Amino acid sequence: MPYSYMEHASDVGIHAEGETIGKAFESGAEAMLNVMFDLSTIRPTVDVTFSAEAGDEALLFVEVLNEILSIQDRHSLAVKRLEAVEIKQTGSGLSFIGRIYGEPFNPEKHAVKTEVKAATYSGLSCVAVDGKYILECVVDV
Amino acid sequence: MAIGAIELKKITDSVWEIPKTGDMLVPGRIYADEDSVKGLLRDYEDKKTGGFTPALKQVANVACLPGIEKASLAMADIHPGYGFAIGGVGAFDMARGVISVAGVGFDINCGVRVLKTPLHRNDVEPLKETIANQLFRDVPAGVGSTGEIKLKEAEIDELLVKGSAFVVDRGYGFADDLEYTEERGAVADARPENVSHRAKERQFRQVGTLGSGNHYLEVQWVEEVYDQAAATAYGIEKDQILIAIHCGSRALGHQIGTDYLKTLEEASRKYSIPIRDRELVCAPINSDEGRRYLSAVNCGINCAFANRQAISHLARLAFARVTGIKPVDIRLLYDVAHNTCKIETHTVDGKNKKLLVHRKGATRAFGPGRDEVPEAFRAAGQPLLVGGTMGTASYILRGTEKGMEDCFGSAVHGAGRALSRMQAKRQWRGSDIIAELREKGIIIKTRNKSDVAEEAPGAYKDVDSVVGIMHNSGVNHRVARLRPLVCVKG
Repeated sequence: MPYSYMEHASDVGIHAEGETIGKAFESGAEAMLNVMFDLSTIRPTVDVTFSAEAGDEALLFVEVLNEILSIQDRHSLAVKRLEAVEIKQTGSGLSFIGRIYGEPFNPEKHAVKTEVKAATYSGLSCVAVDGKYILECVVDV
Repeated sequence: MAIGAIELKKITDSVWEIPKTGDMLVPGRIYADEDSVKGLLRDYEDKKTGGFTPALKQVANVACLPGIEKASLAMADIHPGYGFAIGGVGAFDMARGVISVAGVGFDINCGVRVLKTPLHRNDVEPLKETIANQLFRDVPAGVGSTGEIKLKEAEIDELLVKGSAFVVDRGYGFADDLEYTEERGAVADARPENVSHRAKERQFRQVGTLGSGNHYLEVQWVEEVYDQAAATAYGIEKDQILIAIHCGSRALGHQIGTDYLKTLEEASRKYSIPIRDRELVCAPINSDEGRRYLSAVNCGINCAFANRQAISHLARLAFARVTGIKPVDIRLLYDVAHNTCKIETHTVDGKNKKLLVHRKGATRAFGPGRDEVPEAFRAAGQPLLVGGTMGTASYILRGTEKGMEDCFGSAVHGAGRALSRMQAKRQWRGSDIIAELREKGIIIKTRNKSDVAEEAPGAYKDVDSVVGIMHNSGVNHRVARLRPLVCVKG
């Protein structure tokens, strides 16, 4: 997955790329999940479909990351990856349908790293360069 | 000293000012010494052409928000946050001012509490391994951990209003604990109807859990007492064993922040608030969005108080079981918060005025005589509990009259990070840090060794000099220095 991390004094900066905006969202989600878990310890046995809306791509990215954190907690899951099912223009901005794959959380099995509290508007950007979409934001840990 | 577009003017050896220029409505004022000023300017220069917003720019950005009073402040543990710098304090006029998610943070009412035991270092040294194991077993910590208090939605609503008292009523603590908690463990105007169902749902199983990252539970001893009168008032003495807890409102607070980030992003546009950075989205305090967010923050505040109360009682029982003392003999010294916004009365231009004070990684530090401080401490001033690192030291300070005049009664909250988490992980291995600290007599218990590397003592600023800056400025006074014996990481 094409993602990397950027130095930030207190939190973690995420840099994610994709050939489509959907692929960039998927990379960004994995970048965040990889802060929380050793993803190789999670088997994708369950999935949850969700939707999100926001005014532009960058705000939608934060919205989707926060939705993943929220579902993960409420369903007691360890999430391995996101599938961006659909991103559509609406009258007021963008709508998103996504599906996350993971496993009921088991502290004996899943190697945890650091809890992510939220995705923030800090360092937030979405740009298209050389046929690639690049998403960046800081997640609060 | 000046670099690029930012100038820092020396006011005293420990106070520096960003003069009011351009859109700034007030100056920026930073508690710092020459060395830390150099670091802040270097950081500013590095980030000028890209990357994240440097802390000095964040202080200047907050100075542009409508209704800000006196100055945009930063305590000596200043480092870049999102929107506000960590260590940032901003006080706003209730009629003209704004409320900002970035001024509170996602971990609403994260804070520190310290319990006093009747034991001394010599009593506990031979037992510390057993104490560490017992605390590690009995206090839920880490990503995805669940607490023993499981709540339904109606009960969560009650907890969000009653705060600490809710868990004390269920047997997690003694009535006396409330007296020694900031706000007696619950703020007014907490309206659960303004907290989303999903936020509450995330909390059903998390009450009484420590969380992860920089959160901890430590057994500490009093290494040095600097202010005997205050130490006597607080009931601490040299070599005494204390238990310190650092944690916040867990997922409920995170979800409140997330929900209202969106609400306030829309409100910023709706009310045409001039913000320099998207991170600083805000709403007028005196607007429907602002009032709803404030009442939701109050719920988050009460949730965090309840959470620390539940954890402290579990820690108390665990410690008592190993040492053979009675749980009731472990008394709460105090509980302070460092991610909040609160309505407080302060003197501005000689007049008493109600303000909404945001403290983001900064502690309330009221001076002597304030009604909000427990009677037993009123002559000394409010105790400030400053969490250091697991290898160095923590401090107990006290609030002063000068702090009330100069910085709305505020203080540092910790040492402040010096290195990013990634730099720390490149530099250290968790297992090496654990072994090194064991050599020094400090036992670390963790479920996650990489977290230990991120929180390595060397990744933080020198807590002694950070506290020294505040002490020298006169806004906080040193009372005692504490050293860790046992650290249970989240």
